[in-house]
Amino acid sequence: MVSFATEKKQDRNLLSRIASGDGHGENSSYFDGWKAYEENPFHPIDRPDGVIQMGLAENQLCGDLMRKWVLKHPEASICTEQGVNQFSDIAIFQDYHGLPEFRQAVAKFMEKTRNNKVKFDPDRIVMSGGATGAHETVAFCLANPGDGFLVPTPYYPGFDRDLRWRTGVNLVPVTCHSSDGFKITVEALEAAYENARKSNIPVKGLLVTNPSNPLGTTLDRECLKSLVNFTNDKGIHLIADEIYAATTFGQSEFISVAEVIEEIEDCNRDLIHIVYSLSKDMGLPGLRVGIVYSYNDRVVQIARKMSSFGLVSSQTQHLIAKMLSDEDFVDEFIRESKLRLAARHAEITTGLDGLGIGWLKAKAGLFLWMDLRNLLKTATFDSETELWRVIVHQVKLNVSPGGSFHCHEPGWFRVCFANMDHKTMETALERIRVFTSQLEEETKPMAATTMMAKKKKKCWQSNLRLSFSDTRRFDDGFFSPHSPVPPSPLVRAQT
Amino acid sequence: MGLLSKKATCNTHGQDSSYFLGWEEYEKNPYDEIKNPDGIIQMGLAENQLSFDLIESWLAKNPDAANFKREGQSIFRELALFQDYHGLPSFKKAMADFMSENRGNRVSFNPNKLVLTAGATSANETLMFCLADRGDAFLLPTPYYPGFDRDLKWRTGAEIVPIQCTSANGFRITKSALEEAYEQAQKLNLKVKGVLITNPSNPLGTTTTRTELNHLLDFISRKKIHLISDEIYSGTVFTSPGFISVMEVLKDRKLENTDVFDRVHIVYSLSKDLGLPGFRVGVIYSNDDFVVSAATKMSSFGLISSQTQYLLSTLLSDKNFTKNYLEENQIRLKNRHKKLVSGLEAAGIECLKSNAGLFCWVDMRHLLKSNTFEAEIELWKKIVYEVKLNISPGSSCHCNEPGWFRVCFANMSEETLKVALDRLKGFVDGPSSTRRSQIEHQRLKNLRKMKVSNWVFRLSFHDREPEER
Repeated sequence: MVSFATEKKQDRNLLSRIASGDGHGENSSYFDGWKAYEENPFHPIDRPDGVIQMGLAENQLCGDLMRKWVLKHPEASICTEQGVNQFSDIAIFQDYHGLPEFRQAVAKFMEKTRNNKVKFDPDRIVMSGGATGAHETVAFCLANPGDGFLVPTPYYPGFDRDLRWRTGVNLVPVTCHSSDGFKITVEALEAAYENARKSNIPVKGLLVTNPSNPLGTTLDRECLKSLVNFTNDKGIHLIADEIYAATTFGQSEFISVAEVIEEIEDCNRDLIHIVYSLSKDMGLPGLRVGIVYSYNDRVVQIARKMSSFGLVSSQTQHLIAKMLSDEDFVDEFIRESKLRLAARHAEITTGLDGLGIGWLKAKAGLFLWMDLRNLLKTATFDSETELWRVIVHQVKLNVSPGGSFHCHEPGWFRVCFANMDHKTMETALERIRVFTSQLEEETKPMAATTMMAKKKKKCWQSNLRLSFSDTRRFDDGFFSPHSPVPPSPLVRAQT
Repeated sequence: MGLLSKKATCNTHGQDSSYFLGWEEYEKNPYDEIKNPDGIIQMGLAENQLSFDLIESWLAKNPDAANFKREGQSIFRELALFQDYHGLPSFKKAMADFMSENRGNRVSFNPNKLVLTAGATSANETLMFCLADRGDAFLLPTPYYPGFDRDLKWRTGAEIVPIQCTSANGFRITKSALEEAYEQAQKLNLKVKGVLITNPSNPLGTTTTRTELNHLLDFISRKKIHLISDEIYSGTVFTSPGFISVMEVLKDRKLENTDVFDRVHIVYSLSKDLGLPGFRVGVIYSNDDFVVSAATKMSSFGLISSQTQYLLSTLLSDKNFTKNYLEENQIRLKNRHKKLVSGLEAAGIECLKSNAGLFCWVDMRHLLKSNTFEAEIELWKKIVYEVKLNISPGSSCHCNEPGWFRVCFANMSEETLKVALDRLKGFVDGPSSTRRSQIEHQRLKNLRKMKVSNWVFRLSFHDREPEER
């Protein structure tokens, strides 16, 4: 009979290196911002002094259109009287090719969001667990542990986890500068490539997000061509994350890499891949619809096999297939969404202009890239962090500091504007107005920030467990208020 | 192709195995009672299609849930935005309760120790990423589910070392088999991180005995390794001796405050018990907070659609429904199992005595030309291409004795099962018998054709004079 040790040892050595390490990126002090929001979330009536969430890149402006459509189309659900006759067929459908009508509808939607300038082949559409799953899958397909992807800075912090954590792949930053609007230049690409070579990191690809998160800028045709040529010449992959494709404001145009490769003679299409999702364009992050679209047949095949690890629920495939094949609805939705985004963008930028606060000129996205360099005590990331803490704890706005996006220069902040209603936006702008006028009055603008820094709250624990306590304000504990995919940053941008 | 990763160019995804080739053949020529009566009958798919009507009638009675409403208000918008990897609290509570119910409420599950994943496929891979480094090994009793080769090894770089089980003792896991597997791993310079069992077993259809569970707990305690118990078929136990979860044994032996408690993890899913594989609902349950925390973060790569979480939270919270469903489902599985077993007996074929699962472990050793795996594959090909039944050969499940096959019974109608059994009997009885049944089949086909043409003839008759027929 074996005797069992009676002291309980929570021994992390029994876990894998991946599980016990920090590759998930959530051990960063930037989580203070999220924590501050969760402890004290803004509500116009119940908590008017709470923290306003401006760190969440979500598109909540057209939820009403979505709701209306769902109510008008009970047959799109497999649970209603009108749709239940499909229940069993859908419930057993786990083919990793996905429902044909789902793939066709998604391909059509991708075409519409690229102004019908290109055609997408439904047979190249591969499902994944959101864009998060898509990125990891692409990394598994294209790179071995120790290989590297070039990524222009600033970039979405989640990439540190999605591309690296379980894959063992490295990210090599391609440094972009505000002096030329953070353009991706061939010089910067070459420099990054050389850096990787010096560090013995075999470069396997270049990942660009277009439209950019956090910048909101779109790549013009010349730049896209240069990226295709650069990667083709080096024989490395080009992965275009086009998750914000339909978030261009008003009449602004989005050019997909799919369009550009048609114009390049002898383009090696085996190196071209697109990551997409419905989370931003349609505002449906909860449904976990991620897409890998590759021009490389073998990658399509393998990614499809890997999609077993993150298939889209067949119930959701069915709903999306019905919704996106309603072309009138889709056209109306895209049109209306762009108008509302443009209006909201105009509102916030007008407000900031009136306060003399700079922002990067951009044509897309659910956020803007705000320039607070002139408010820094010194042009350092320490100063940026100090300023950020003031904004979170004193101004009570959760914005995301540029350092968390690996920005090369301190002083930039990403501010989301599409995840709140109009009144909340007004409140946020008012708070910024009050803050800036206070700063003007104070002779030592940073005295307040030093004090706040000293009183700073506890650092986020490594065990990121939400507690569903009763003091939390949301409907009956039914939903948790917070996004599960917080920024996953390094403390400092690497140069 | 140097352009792709090693993972993309190897075949560790395991999809070149015969298990999947049989599927491909089925796909080319699938049986349909009316449209393709000569097609291949799918008996390689462990699906539960027996109890959809119970769910459908629940939906009819619960329009709020069906329409994504809560107290009459549409919550679609909230669901559309909900992507918290901690999952919908009401869904996790309902799942924890359902898992308890499946174990006769002899153990209870804490929703905070549940991690939601996109199917058991994702749950198993995620646990591997959490517990094993690249090159580490897990021990698995044979025969085992072929998908494990992909789920546990492909992207994780982990290895599987088999614990050899044999028909001599009904494929039970013995102490010596465990030790031998461990030594084998050492010989291969592999660090063993744990044992993974499937209880009830796929492909055997048997529940793990208390003795085996005790051996396993003693073993993992001695070696200071993990135990993963994949209990995906826990709701398919249709007769005695009944299901004992490893959680129960831990409780009965009062091991909750020992270090071994934290090293036991359960995988579950709604794909088999509720027959909802398309919805991708998987679960990891761990007593170790670090594992729960790491796995929760990893679940970002495969979250469950909020739409699906909501539907199932309302379905599973209805205790009347779950109680009735579990009982009725078991009755139907028991009957269907009986039909398969007696049909096989009539063909002189025996199977391993089983009390669970959606399949039987069938003994066709006496039909092999020789006691080899080549002979097994030869027999399997005949059954797929000539008898037109897609069943799974034991070698695809890493069985170490040739001649065993997994035959599923819950993924088809009763009529289709009868056709399958008739075909099998025909095959076993011999070629002349096969020829006789072929002639009979053709005769019936012609009869049907004649009847149709008679009908058409009768219609046109009225337009003609009798002597023109």
